[in-house]
This record gives sequence, C-alpha cells and structure tokens, in this order.
Amino acid sequence: METRALRKVYPAPKAKRTPRGAPSFAPGTPAMAPGGGMTSASGDIIALDALDLAIPAGEFFGLLGPNGAGKTTTIGILTTRVLPTSGQALVHGSDVVQQAVLVRQRIGVVPQRPNPDRGLTVIENLLFHAAYFGFSRSASVKRAQQILDQLALGDRGDAKVDHLSGGQQQRLMIARALIHEPDVIFLDEPTVGLDPQARLALWEILRRLHAEGRTIVMTTHYMEEADQLCDRIAIVDRGKLLACDAPEELKKQAPGGTLIEIVLDGDATPAVEPARAIPGMLKVDADGRTLRATNSRGGEAVAALIASAQNAGRQVRDIHLAPPSLETLFVSMTGRKLD
Amino acid sequence: MSAPLRQTAHKVTSSRVFWALVMRDITVVRRELIFFLLRTAMQPLMFTIVFGFLLPKMGFVQRGYTSALLPGVLAVSLAFAAIQSVSLPMVTDFGFTKEIEDRLLAPVDNRLVALEKVMMGAIQGVIAAIFVLPLARLIMGPIEGLSLIHAPEVLAVTIFGAAAFSVMGLYLGTVIEGQQIGLMFGLIVAPMIMFGCAYYPWRGLDAVPAMKYGVLINPLTYIAEGLRAVLVPDKPHMGLPMVLVGLAVITSLFWVLGLRSFMRRAVG
Repeated sequence: METRALRKVYPAPKAKRTPRGAPSFAPGTPAMAPGGGMTSASGDIIALDALDLAIPAGEFFGLLGPNGAGKTTTIGILTTRVLPTSGQALVHGSDVVQQAVLVRQRIGVVPQRPNPDRGLTVIENLLFHAAYFGFSRSASVKRAQQILDQLALGDRGDAKVDHLSGGQQQRLMIARALIHEPDVIFLDEPTVGLDPQARLALWEILRRLHAEGRTIVMTTHYMEEADQLCDRIAIVDRGKLLACDAPEELKKQAPGGTLIEIVLDGDATPAVEPARAIPGMLKVDADGRTLRATNSRGGEAVAALIASAQNAGRQVRDIHLAPPSLETLFVSMTGRKLD
Repeated sequence: MSAPLRQTAHKVTSSRVFWALVMRDITVVRRELIFFLLRTAMQPLMFTIVFGFLLPKMGFVQRGYTSALLPGVLAVSLAFAAIQSVSLPMVTDFGFTKEIEDRLLAPVDNRLVALEKVMMGAIQGVIAAIFVLPLARLIMGPIEGLSLIHAPEVLAVTIFGAAAFSVMGLYLGTVIEGQQIGLMFGLIVAPMIMFGCAYYPWRGLDAVPAMKYGVLINPLTYIAEGLRAVLVPDKPHMGLPMVLVGLAVITSLFWVLGLRSFMRRAVG
C-alpha cells in the first residue's frame, strides 16, 4: 500500500449559503475542515499536503497526530470514501479512485464513530455485510457467530444494535470489518471513548489480527497506543508527514533528556536558580508550585534537585519523571502537544 | 480469530450485491410494515372518509365526484409512500454516523446503492396503492365508471408514478439537511399534494388557466390523471401519452440530480 504526493483540499466553507439551522461556520472563528486542517490564503482547507507513505503487506502501521492532522482524511482516501484532490493512493496494487471496487474487496473498515445498521440486529449486521461481499448466508452464519464469540458478543447476536454499549458497538464494527475476510484493516481512532478495560481488550484483538498476517492501518492520537501496537508510526501534522519509523527509532530521535517534574509545598521560583547549577541540567522552569527540569543524566539529577529545593526552603510533595518519548519528540517537531 | 488469509479476493457480481441490498431493505421494511402502512395510508384514507363519504352523504358534492377522487387518493398514497421511503432513511443513512457506510463499502459502484434505494422506494409506493385501493373503494361505495379491465396499465402508471416520487425522494433526502426534513413535507410535499390534481381533475382547471399549466411541473398531476385514464376511462382525463412523457421527463431529471447529490454525499 502506498500514497504518492497525496493532497486533499476542501473548498472554503460558504457561510452565506449555509441553510439556517445547519451547522455553520460562525464569522471570526477559524475555519475547520471535517476534522481540522490548514487554511489556505483563499480560505480553502488543506487537509493533506503531499503525503507520501509506503506500507508493506502485513505491517501494523500507525498514523499518529493531533486532531486535524489529516489522519481521518488519509484513511478516508485509502478506503475509497474520500476523493483525493491530487496525487495517487494504491491499496493492494489497485488505485483507490480508478479501481475503487477492487480496493473495497480487500479492505475492512472500522470507522471513528460506530455506525452499525440500526435497522438490523447485531448478527444481521454481519450477515448482510458478508452478503454485500458475495458470501452466502449459509457460509457466513457460522463465521459470524464465531467472530461474535471471539469479540465477547456471542450472546448479543439477536440484540438490537441500540441496546449495545459503546464498547460493544465498537467491537461490532470490528466484527463487521472482519466478516468478509479482508487482507487490510483500517481503524480510525478505534479506542476513543472506550474505558481503559475495553481499550486493553481491543489492543489484544488487534494484536491477534496482526499475528494472523493482516495489514493493519490505524490512526490514533494516543502516543502509548501507537508505541505499544505499531511496527511503524507516521507522525503527521497539518497534512504533512513529519517522521516515519519504528517506535524505538523515533524515540531515539527525541531531543533532550529526561523531564523531571517536582511539585513543592510553595512557589517553585526560588528553587530555579540553584537547580541550574546541577550537572547535566538542560532547562529549568517554575510553573506555580511545579519545578520542571530537563536533564541529560536522567534520574541521577533527582537527588540534587530535591536538595536544591530544600535549600530554597521548600518541601517536596510529588515527583514525576518522563524519559525521552514519542510525546517529547512530537512536541519538539510540531511545537504543540498531541491533544 | 478467523480463517487463514486468502490469496485472491472473493469475486462477486454486481447483481449479487444488488440482491443483498434488496434483501436488507426487505428485512427492515417487513419489520416496520404496519407503521409504514399507517404512516402512508392514514392521510389519504381520512381524506377519503371526508370527501368520498361524508360530503357526498351530506349532498355537498355531486355523486360523480368519487370517480375523480379515487384515482387521486391512490396517486397521493403512492407518491407519499415512495418519497418517504427513500428520503427519510437518507437522513439517518447520511446522518452523524453515516450509517449507509457499510453499503457504500460494498465492492460495487456506489450508484448501484442509489438505484436499489430508488427501486425499493418505488415498490413501497406500489404496495401503498394496492393497500389503499380496496379500502378507499369500500369507504366510497360504488364508483361510477370504475373499471379494472386495464389492470396492467393501472400497474404501469402506478410503477412509473412511484418511480418519479422515489427519485424525488433520493434528491430531496440527500440535499436537505436532516434537521429540515420535516420542513420538506410542509413546504414541498404538502403543496404538491394539494396542487397535484389529486382531489380534482386536470380538466376542471380549464376555469383557471394559469393553474392548469402551473400544475404540469408537479409529477402528482400526471400520476392522478394517468390513473384516471386507466381506472375511469370514460371520465375526463389527460391523455396517456402526455402522462408518460411528463413522468419520464420528471423522473429522468430527478434521477440525474438525485444521483449527483447522492454521490456527493457518499464520497467526500
């Protein structure tokens, strides 16, 4: 799978022509494309700007970026639901615009928001989806039940979709994406809105799917998720690819040292000056009662920092260490935090 | 978790996918059949009670009026059913979560999904007409000049008429925002029903020439007049060729417009 110079521009919203009562773009507020993006001089929204990606078969690939980075647009194009303005995208060797039908035969899609067919029951959602892909009912009944069982929905087959919890609906979307045996699975922010337990369960499912040899392309704005699951991660922001590598390699590129945050019992400002003298210290700031230091020697500096705070007449209430991470890399690349 | 990966994609023909889409709609419609019939038949049947039963009984309208009214009531029923069956589901289909996405991801040209919607809408229009015909006849009592010897022609006009409103449903359901769909019935469908020669014959408008030609843009006019031509052929009505040409033009126009706006909503 690959994209070449993929670009997507949404036309400037026509505020005056928006029907009354419909979602409109209030004057004075920055225009946002579906999901965000950059606004050009003419007011058009550039959601993707010359994106090049190459994803080998069988890879677990993550698209990491903040809201509005262009992740959903990328997935939309790769799954034939959004037309690119220019550039090319191939999935399994087929062009997503010219050969959309061939692409759709190969892919399963888990959307950002669960969108089951509410006119149907849980198992009917799977059986009809399989039928849209040419599988006979007799061939898919057993398989549908098997997938539901594996996704802990086995006893909900005859339930109405509206009676499922958010996590169950999300799992139903995964079941639907699997029922027609696709080679490539796309997941758009699959864990947003899930409780921690459901999130971990979903991670397990994704790991199993990947172990079976499927290509998985997932967007997320959770660093930890990308780090834990993906073979490679593309960091995107404002429609551009900033970095693309294995998580370990990316982390090596993260600048600076370990971030040490020490919460004191009073204003941290008096502790800043003495802390600057600590060996390996790259940066020290005070933020209210928090002393924030970046040190190239990692945890070694903690004792000296506590001592300098105590010399300044403060007691330490809490300590937090953050080693070089995707997060620190992302902040250094984009100048902003992920969410 | 599942079967081993296949080396080649599962081949599927468009007709098979189309059939699966039809089966999906039949499953959903069957589940709501009673509500569907109540929703589409209540208004025409109440109109039938007042204008086809009460007023003739009171002597306010002439006896022959029911001959003109019955085809009109059928026309309203099928038009209302067809336009509703397509436009209302479009609101949820293209709503917040885009429920139709599982069908748009099917390995066929997305236009086939629109075509299936239109076909099922037209079939629902025909079902509504078949449901209302005996009931209306029962309420109105014997109807002067009513004959079912042209049953195939009746079915043909019903199908063409339902198709016209079904494609209008596709267009309106995809251009109107979800929140405004109620407004569609008040501002577009209700005037069409009142000014569509359903409750009076087109020939009667000779007295109001501006109106007589104005109603020609309304597809309901052709359906009501077409049904008069085939159900009560001895009563005044529009010529059948004009009916068919009118419906063909309007259906083609709204199919082009509807398909364009459907595809615009389907692919971003």
